[in-house]
Amino acid sequence: MSSEPAIDLPDADAQCAQLAELIRPRLQEDTVLVGIHSGGAWVARRLRELLGLHAEIGLIDVSFYRDDYGARGLRARVRPSSIPFDVEGRPLILVDDVLYTGRTTRAAINELFDYGRPASIQLAVLADRGRRQLPICADFCPWRVDLDPSQELVLSADANGRLQWSLAANA
Amino acid sequence: MHNPQLNTNGELTHLLSIDGLPRAVINHILDTASSFLKVSHRDVKKVPLLRGKSVFNVFFENSTRTRTTFEIAAKRLSADVINLDVTRSSTAKGETLLDTVDNLVAMHADMFVVRHAASGAPHLIADHLRRLGRNDVHVVNAGDGSHAHPTQGLLDMYTIRHFKQDFSNLSVAIVGDILHSRVARSDIHALTTLGAAEVRAVGPQTLLPTAIEKMGVRVCHDLASGLRDCDVVIMLRLQNERMNGALLPSAREYFRCYGLTPAMLALAKPDCIVMHPGPMNRGVEIDSDVADGTQAVILPQVTFGIAVRMAVMGILAGN
Repeated sequence: MSSEPAIDLPDADAQCAQLAELIRPRLQEDTVLVGIHSGGAWVARRLRELLGLHAEIGLIDVSFYRDDYGARGLRARVRPSSIPFDVEGRPLILVDDVLYTGRTTRAAINELFDYGRPASIQLAVLADRGRRQLPICADFCPWRVDLDPSQELVLSADANGRLQWSLAANA
Repeated sequence: MHNPQLNTNGELTHLLSIDGLPRAVINHILDTASSFLKVSHRDVKKVPLLRGKSVFNVFFENSTRTRTTFEIAAKRLSADVINLDVTRSSTAKGETLLDTVDNLVAMHADMFVVRHAASGAPHLIADHLRRLGRNDVHVVNAGDGSHAHPTQGLLDMYTIRHFKQDFSNLSVAIVGDILHSRVARSDIHALTTLGAAEVRAVGPQTLLPTAIEKMGVRVCHDLASGLRDCDVVIMLRLQNERMNGALLPSAREYFRCYGLTPAMLALAKPDCIVMHPGPMNRGVEIDSDVADGTQAVILPQVTFGIAVRMAVMGILAGN
């Protein structure tokens, strides 16, 4: 068995600050952030602070919109989606921790349209690991990394809210 | 012993009874339901989870309300719903239950929602599907005889959890015709599994099953002692047909002894909630002032019932 080549994982909190600066020039007055549970929700909360946005963030759990439901079912704990603003006509920035196949983003866009017709949706992610299976790309992304499909890139939050990357074997 | 509701991976594949369901499975259903509750508040009250699936409502016994709630739940999951009034069609022509099922499986049914007057009918269908090797077809019990009504039990638990959060300190009184009530049985199993501190079965001796104490409940024949300091009251519907037999003298007499009036409810804790599975008989088991009062959560039960049925169907169809 060959050992995985070691890669240096960057500081996720510093990346949040970089991501905020990428977004800042493109903010509109009524832009709102929507985080995808759970990693994207942490990042969206952080971005809201860094950008000094007044509007509450939205949170979505895409479990009811996933395209692999037939194979995986509803196993993981589903958290309620909460969109505490009118989506109709708003510019939205969808926030996730990792962009990979693009399927989660597709599911999130479909769900958002069931709340109304936004003016626009942009995508902000901390990490883009390529290997897309759908025609989706990030509008804001501080880190592009190519990882073997056997590896899972995981964002976690500690008790103090510090964000940290780790690698796990893909289940 | 093999649990007929779980597949070989221990996942819920049929919902036949709350008896034997692990606590984790019940909590998973209730947690999932809280996410579905939000869906019903949106402009588009639908998610695409069961798109392309066919859900057959097979009711061998009439129940417009239960059938409608399952139909709404399935439609909000984007399933195609087919309602069969079997009492007036195939069965009336002499077809057996399992022949009806075989025909519907041949039409590519993905899920059966079954109501039957005979206890055990949904179980029989689930066993039959297993023998056919059809693990991809799921059965939901929508009430069988006096045995079980698991989705009602689950929506009652959802309601209690919504208003009281934790079960461990709760005294719950179930009042009325427990003998004929599948709801009461499902509620008792669920409350016991979720760790309610005390469950009381309240009613006249003629309407309580013998040896009900063995289910872990305290029996009270007197309404006042049954209600004293309780946190939740679940009133059961008194079915009119029971009134004419030897079980009860009259509706008025029943109301005098077991009807929930404001004075009786005052014996419970001040924040006690009042539940009823519907349809209510006002002036028989419940006074209008209580049914329309601030402690009644009977209409929220109906709303939660849709979300709970969406959760059950969403979980089953994915396993």
